[in-house]
Amino acid sequence: MKQYVIVGNSIAATGCIEGIRKVDKDTTITVISGEKHPAYCRPLISYYLQGNTNLEKISYRRDTFYSDNGCEVIYGETVDRISPDEHKAYLSNGQEISYDRLLVATGSSAFVPHFEGIETVEQKFSFMTLDDTLGLEKALCETSRVLIVGAGLIGLKCAEGILEKVGKITVCDLANNVLSSILDNDTAPIVQAHLEENGVEFLMGDSVKSFHGNTATMQSGKQVEFDILVTAVGVRPNTSLVADMGGEVNRGIVVNTKMQTSISDIFAAGDCSEGYDLSIDKNRVLALLPNAYMGGYTAGVNMAGGDNEFDDAIPMNSIGFMGLHIMTAGNYVTEEDGGTVIVKKTSDTTKKFFVKENELKGYIIVGNILGGGIYTSLIREKTPLDTLDFDLITENASAFAFSSQKRRLMFGGVV
Amino acid sequence: MKRVFVNEEWCLGCHLCEYNCAFANSGMTDMVKALKGKKIYPKIHVNGDDKINFAVSCRHCEDPLCVKACIAGALNIKDGRVCIDKTRCVGCYSCIMVCPYGSLSVSENGTASKCELCLENACGEPACVKGCPNRAIVYEER
Repeated sequence: MKQYVIVGNSIAATGCIEGIRKVDKDTTITVISGEKHPAYCRPLISYYLQGNTNLEKISYRRDTFYSDNGCEVIYGETVDRISPDEHKAYLSNGQEISYDRLLVATGSSAFVPHFEGIETVEQKFSFMTLDDTLGLEKALCETSRVLIVGAGLIGLKCAEGILEKVGKITVCDLANNVLSSILDNDTAPIVQAHLEENGVEFLMGDSVKSFHGNTATMQSGKQVEFDILVTAVGVRPNTSLVADMGGEVNRGIVVNTKMQTSISDIFAAGDCSEGYDLSIDKNRVLALLPNAYMGGYTAGVNMAGGDNEFDDAIPMNSIGFMGLHIMTAGNYVTEEDGGTVIVKKTSDTTKKFFVKENELKGYIIVGNILGGGIYTSLIREKTPLDTLDFDLITENASAFAFSSQKRRLMFGGVV
Repeated sequence: MKRVFVNEEWCLGCHLCEYNCAFANSGMTDMVKALKGKKIYPKIHVNGDDKINFAVSCRHCEDPLCVKACIAGALNIKDGRVCIDKTRCVGCYSCIMVCPYGSLSVSENGTASKCELCLENACGEPACVKGCPNRAIVYEER
């Protein structure tokens, strides 16, 4: 009898369970969950603080998900090491679990750089987990001055989540642009200005030199007084289990398009993994929820003896801040790379398209994002742009720009 | 499974499907009261120009990307139909980001909005199709 073991219990793990069950309805799946919660929607922690979801609705699947899918979940334990020779996982509580196929879905952890005097800060948080969130919620009050170090997706989502609950928010980042991983020089200022209008203060191009209790001294010499510190500088894939076995690890655990690691019968998916990114034709860590699910699903199907590939992953983000929406995907090829950049602006929307070799490689939309998936699919499917009216589609994301033949396939058949 | 299919050569661009959709999903019994003077938020949208028109609504894909991309567990599959639990949706629009058909839209309160084939409202079958004057959209097995 086959034994499936999943190390980790978040989105990739859920995808894996659903993938296994597409092929194998019976064999027990053992899930080892470091966090003491059923899989929850990790990106919803800021919405929880905002009051847009609650502890019940934040669950990623219904209450009976694990029992319906024949899963045994071990909560509050982690795996210390895996022996590929014995096909066994060794848990922190001393338990040993045999596996035939194992998924490493250990996610990523907040990276907290060392700042001088950080030990003198009493109230400090990361913003990655539900437990971080519940801790932060408890610490906040309506007069709190919050310093968020990091103006990336996590830092700004945190700012939005707590905006109505605190007195003052200051966000600092060494980068000159907010959301520097997904926006560029044209689009980042639009988002920053919008957040400023909503009361968030920014210190961009500046970082903390040292902390002394409730005072941060910046590299610029400025001083920021705060009550609560949130560090959201970046995340690091949790790769040690596979690295310790001698498996191939770069920034993340290296996987092929079947989500297999370099060690037989061991798969990896989600934020801990480094898989194929179609937009750059190379492996890369793509720590995004949709990719975690899709990679986990592919791993699950293959672990159960099916055949599935995840070969169209690209970076993609859809995220809103205080009513302003952002959608981005792919690779922003520049003119120096031989690409063409097309900008379309209306009163409420800025769109940028990055084109190279007759293909859309990436896009950024700030404002009206309706129909954005049509652009995403042009990237993922590598659609030759001379088969459609590209000028028209940049104005209006509609299948109207395709040939009637293509539309007949899209809307006239089962897809 | 029956789905809504488009015959674009028959579409007049009259937008009646949009009104019938908004009415069927309003929960009201009087179309005038439901729609008059209000901005409507239909789940089907007529695209095109003065010559070519076609109505876009959810394709109910066999392997829906929107369900996989949903960060809130709000999208799910019920007997082949892609459905949305609006009480879970937080309006991140990841579904819109991955739908290759441009099928999803945004509801009045900011959640994502999509066709569920009217199987759970008073119409019981797609109101857009029922009211289409030229069979430009049909509800059938293919």
